[in-house]
Amino acid sequence: MANPFSLESKNVLVTGASSGIGRAIAVLCSQFGANVYITARREDKLNETLSLMTGVNNKVVVADLSREKCIDNLTEQFPKLDGVVHCTGIGSRVLCKSVTREEIDRVMGANFIAPIMLQTSLLAKKKLNKNASIVFIASHGANSPAIANSIYSASKGAIISYANCLALEVAPRGIRVNCISPAMVWTDLIVKDGIDVETLKQDEKKYPLGRYGKPEDIAPLAAYLLSDGSSWMTTTNVKITGGGELSPL
Amino acid sequence: MTLEEFIKNFAEQFEDTDASKITADTDFTELDEWGSLTTISVIAMIKTEYDKNVTGSEIRKCETVKDLFDLVAAK
Repeated sequence: MANPFSLESKNVLVTGASSGIGRAIAVLCSQFGANVYITARREDKLNETLSLMTGVNNKVVVADLSREKCIDNLTEQFPKLDGVVHCTGIGSRVLCKSVTREEIDRVMGANFIAPIMLQTSLLAKKKLNKNASIVFIASHGANSPAIANSIYSASKGAIISYANCLALEVAPRGIRVNCISPAMVWTDLIVKDGIDVETLKQDEKKYPLGRYGKPEDIAPLAAYLLSDGSSWMTTTNVKITGGGELSPL
Repeated sequence: MTLEEFIKNFAEQFEDTDASKITADTDFTELDEWGSLTTISVIAMIKTEYDKNVTGSEIRKCETVKDLFDLVAAK
């Protein structure tokens, strides 16, 4: 019997694959049989990801998604895709009274504009096969308010709204679009912005499952959404939280 | 604006319809892929490529690609 969760011979693009959730997804997709194209800005980190992957048909493509020329160049580098996982993203911690235009531009640029412009290029260049699956890594923050998280949460809420409209436009070709909204996951993103690890370790004890997530906790859900096993799922935003909320503050 | 170029631009708006199947005499309303999405796509293409505004109801009065070309040419 065919395994509905297999990614055998599917061409999958994973952005933000140099670390964290993107890396874990790239590795798992390769283990499930996909030909995985991984992209990010840092070549050395991408090569580290590649070294963890299974199979010989995976490929590193270095690209800075904030530059449109880079996006166009990137989308020339692979054949038609059966799956895309948008994992690029940055964190932001700023109180509402201290928000600057620069911070909005920085966060929306990375978390909202970059994935959309890549998606636009994939559509315009007809790089998606029928019945492909598109996954956006959003955040539980989009629906769960947290102090100092306004711009980050808004950027993730924006991508979820975008994804839902995209889903309608590609549905006639059987292409599905879903979001994953994790709560706190141990990645560079959560330890970079001024919260010390000790505070986070205290907070994770409050999670019903007793800990924050690991990138490897998120990857199987992405693999499922890419697989034929989720053929009737679209416009869904799946919460994956260990039962917890987003912010330690 | 040439008819040949217009047909090429028109055919480009379809994902799964073979471009060689689309000619001046094609009744595009009969194409499997024709619908609200392709209509919006064609309106946007006409705006971008020819700087002309056409409406959905104007397009609905057309049958063939040539009809549509004449509509744009007359604008």
